Amino acid sequence: MGTANYFNYKVFSGGPELEQFLTPCGNGLHSSPTVLGLFADMKPAPFRYVAARTLEQALQLKAEFGEDARFLAGGQSLVPTMNFRLTQPAILIDINPLDGLAGVRNGGDRLTIGALTRYRSLERDPATVRHLPLIHEALPHIAHPQIRNRGTIGGNLAHADPASEMPAIVLALAGRLRAQSTKGERWIDAADFFVGALTTALDPDEMLTEVELPTVPPRSGACFMEVSRRRGDFAIIGVACTVRLDADGRCSEARIGLCNAGDGPVLAAEAGRSLAGRRLGAKEIAEAAELVQGAIDPGGSIHASKEFQRHIAGVLTARALTAAGERARAAAGTA
Amino acid sequence: MSTDTHDITVAVNGTRYKRNVESRLLLSDFLRHDLLLAGTHVGCEHGVCGACTVIFDGAPVRSCLMFAAQADGHAIETVEGLAADRDHLHPLQQAMRDCHGLQCGYCTPGILMTMKAFLQDHPAPDEAQIREALSGNLCRCTGYQHIVEAMQLAAERLRR
Repeated sequence: MGTANYFNYKVFSGGPELEQFLTPCGNGLHSSPTVLGLFADMKPAPFRYVAARTLEQALQLKAEFGEDARFLAGGQSLVPTMNFRLTQPAILIDINPLDGLAGVRNGGDRLTIGALTRYRSLERDPATVRHLPLIHEALPHIAHPQIRNRGTIGGNLAHADPASEMPAIVLALAGRLRAQSTKGERWIDAADFFVGALTTALDPDEMLTEVELPTVPPRSGACFMEVSRRRGDFAIIGVACTVRLDADGRCSEARIGLCNAGDGPVLAAEAGRSLAGRRLGAKEIAEAAELVQGAIDPGGSIHASKEFQRHIAGVLTARALTAAGERARAAAGTA
Repeated sequence: MSTDTHDITVAVNGTRYKRNVESRLLLSDFLRHDLLLAGTHVGCEHGVCGACTVIFDGAPVRSCLMFAAQADGHAIETVEGLAADRDHLHPLQQAMRDCHGLQCGYCTPGILMTMKAFLQDHPAPDEAQIREALSGNLCRCTGYQHIVEAMQLAAERLRR
């Protein structure tokens, strides 16, 4: 079988019964493509696929099938788990045709980002670059260009991977998320949305359709930093922080979100509160970093022990708060 | 578990194909097994290695993380569509050859499709930009040095 090296060898493990289909015609390469397709192993378990034509249709199907159905957005987290058969939905509702779910709306003091907005679009969206610098700074850390071409913000947030960047950012920005179902809609604060590892407050019949994020207020700064083994890998630890200064240059509000620091994205609320009303000096920042280290519960892995993750969390928090403070002072100076 | 099939029409390298596909057929397997375009390679099959990268509606994506059914009505470019004819390599391919940018060649189709789109967006990239663009494609042979050199050469030739 001279053409065997063109294909995954498993295709040819069909044995004698496959031979009969490979009747020579010319060079065999063009003999029977559909039969070859039939014999190819399929990675995911069987499922039904529906390309949604309207949001209403997608919600109707989700209401009908509940947890047996999954929405397919970018698929960059869902499809790998399906290829491993860790996820075996009975029905896949493809929402990619729903253009109305993609795009960024500028509402002045807030941006509303459609769930189907791809990372690549966010990277190139002028309003996001200008008004959500925290996201713009984090995007290059999120996987690779090919993944960002396809991956969506809504898919990422609904997947709720504790190691992922965007949930920690949405927490640090105090965003809120819009859930829709056939019964209606509700807004969920980010702090209530992330329940645990790969778990959200979404009901089985709900779709995450939008994320609303406050734009940068005056006299404020933000910073995202992460450490990973290689470019685009999951973070060993990632830190997203925002700080706001009052007219005297003291910190009026600080929020610190962390990824891969626990069962879900972590909002280090006590550390943030500790900075309120104080100057963002080295001592204050070091104290906040220590509170962060105490607040997190990293899982540890072969790539980084818990202790190392905790150490990194402290170092990155201090660096990110320092940078955010400098940015806030610069913004205050130009305001 | 039940399944279903879908009639799809896909434009691959400018040729329209009509096929009937099972829902769970990955786009990568569709290209290789149904269309016999085996130039798109399959490595990890979960989105890490980049060998299966194709250009989908103008943007490089992992074909192992999409289903063939999703490609209905869309346009795909694969490595088979790069060279103008049998005797002339695409400038990217020629540069990879000239710079010894491949050894076993398994990762090469994915790298070519990734970098074709990248060089269209960045006609004069610096080395750091090239390395960033390559970050989603694993190569176990070359150590990347010659690939980076090939991309610099290709960019220079494409600018002429």
